Amino acid sequence: MTQELLASLGGLAARSGFTHVTWGHGVMWLVAAGLMYLAVVRKFEPLLLLPIAFGVLVANLPLAGLMEPNEGLLWRFYHYGIQWEVIPPLIFLGLGALTDFGPLLSQPKLIFLGAGAQVGVYITFFCAYLMGFDLKEAGTIGIIGGADGPTTIYLASRMAPQMLGTVAVAAYSYMAMVPLIQPPVMKLLTTEAERRIRMKRTRKVHPAEKVIFPVVGSLMVILLVPASAPLMAMFMLGNLFRESKVVDRLTGTCQNELLNIVTIFLGISVGATMSAESFLHARVIFVFLLGLGAFVVSTASGVLIAKLMNLLSRDKINPLLGAAGVSAVPMAARVVHKVGAEADRHNYLLMYAMGPNIAGVLGTLIAAGVFLTLLG
Amino acid sequence: MIELCAPMAGNVWKIQCNPGDRVTENEPVVILEVMKMEAEVFAPAPGVVKDLRVKEGDAVDEDDVLVLIEPE
Repeated sequence: MTQELLASLGGLAARSGFTHVTWGHGVMWLVAAGLMYLAVVRKFEPLLLLPIAFGVLVANLPLAGLMEPNEGLLWRFYHYGIQWEVIPPLIFLGLGALTDFGPLLSQPKLIFLGAGAQVGVYITFFCAYLMGFDLKEAGTIGIIGGADGPTTIYLASRMAPQMLGTVAVAAYSYMAMVPLIQPPVMKLLTTEAERRIRMKRTRKVHPAEKVIFPVVGSLMVILLVPASAPLMAMFMLGNLFRESKVVDRLTGTCQNELLNIVTIFLGISVGATMSAESFLHARVIFVFLLGLGAFVVSTASGVLIAKLMNLLSRDKINPLLGAAGVSAVPMAARVVHKVGAEADRHNYLLMYAMGPNIAGVLGTLIAAGVFLTLLG
Repeated sequence: MIELCAPMAGNVWKIQCNPGDRVTENEPVVILEVMKMEAEVFAPAPGVVKDLRVKEGDAVDEDDVLVLIEPE
């Protein structure tokens, strides 16, 4: 009797995860702890980084099989949510319902600032390629500079799923650090006088414009870059819900319940892909360095495009607005406002900065579509 | 009489003065909250606060009158 009991206990121990822990697992647990610290204590994008941290932790528990293909719970979230490309478009449905195109429509030329900031994406793509990453990986690394989490995740899941967790963590971490990353770049490239430029009052936007624009604009983007259709179409629908003002219940759901639910599954799934095998490479460090470079260059290119526009036009725009083309909404817009207020406390740049900020979301979406078309 | 107007649409977060207070130029009189960011609104000239047109928690549009100030 006792022999059988001991044999059973021994069998239980042999099948327990404790006997199968490797140093790789341990390191990933530390990574998960680090991400949890960033999310909870430093409040870095907690809505994404906390579920991601959780995913990293439980996916790296030996024998738990949460990422076992066809069987694991987290694998199912990842497969049906991300590999089937359902979750990122749903996030865009929510984002569209939250977005107000008013500031952009009242001064359309700001769209060039959103476009200009995407230059960092392409420059980073070339640098990543030169550093030895293949085309698809380089494109995925480049899109980090677009500062758009769902787009980054969508592109990675299509082009370089082995890097999904890495680029997502890089993107969200740097988005949270935008108040640290952007101001030095902005101040380096502008004079005090330029930072004090006051923006002229812009025209009032008619409510009809705000309904027509998402439909017409999205159709044009989808026809131009068909690969952007899943994200663009859902973004358009969310915005249409919001601006029609006749489906407040649906808009509310998209902005709140839907977005929250999908965010939970997105975070868990993305984190769960970060296994020790996929994350513990030297190249991961280069991804983080390139990602940081992408943010810096995007900020710089946005500001420089604004200065270029000032050379060509009599109506001067405050070049700080170019930094808002980095589509961390609305963080980059807030940073622009703060840096502007440091130079002139009576300068209220926030709402003007929302124009390029929103334009940047579209710019990053288009860049992802371009990468998918040419490299995918 | 100076009408201190909201520089952008947002919510009135804090009112830093009461009717009858003396304010100096560039003293923050109202703090708005816009997209989770604080934005101070400053008195344009020295004077005495005559009337508060909004209370804390109100939503305001750009150019809505916040405070009336009698300049000195």
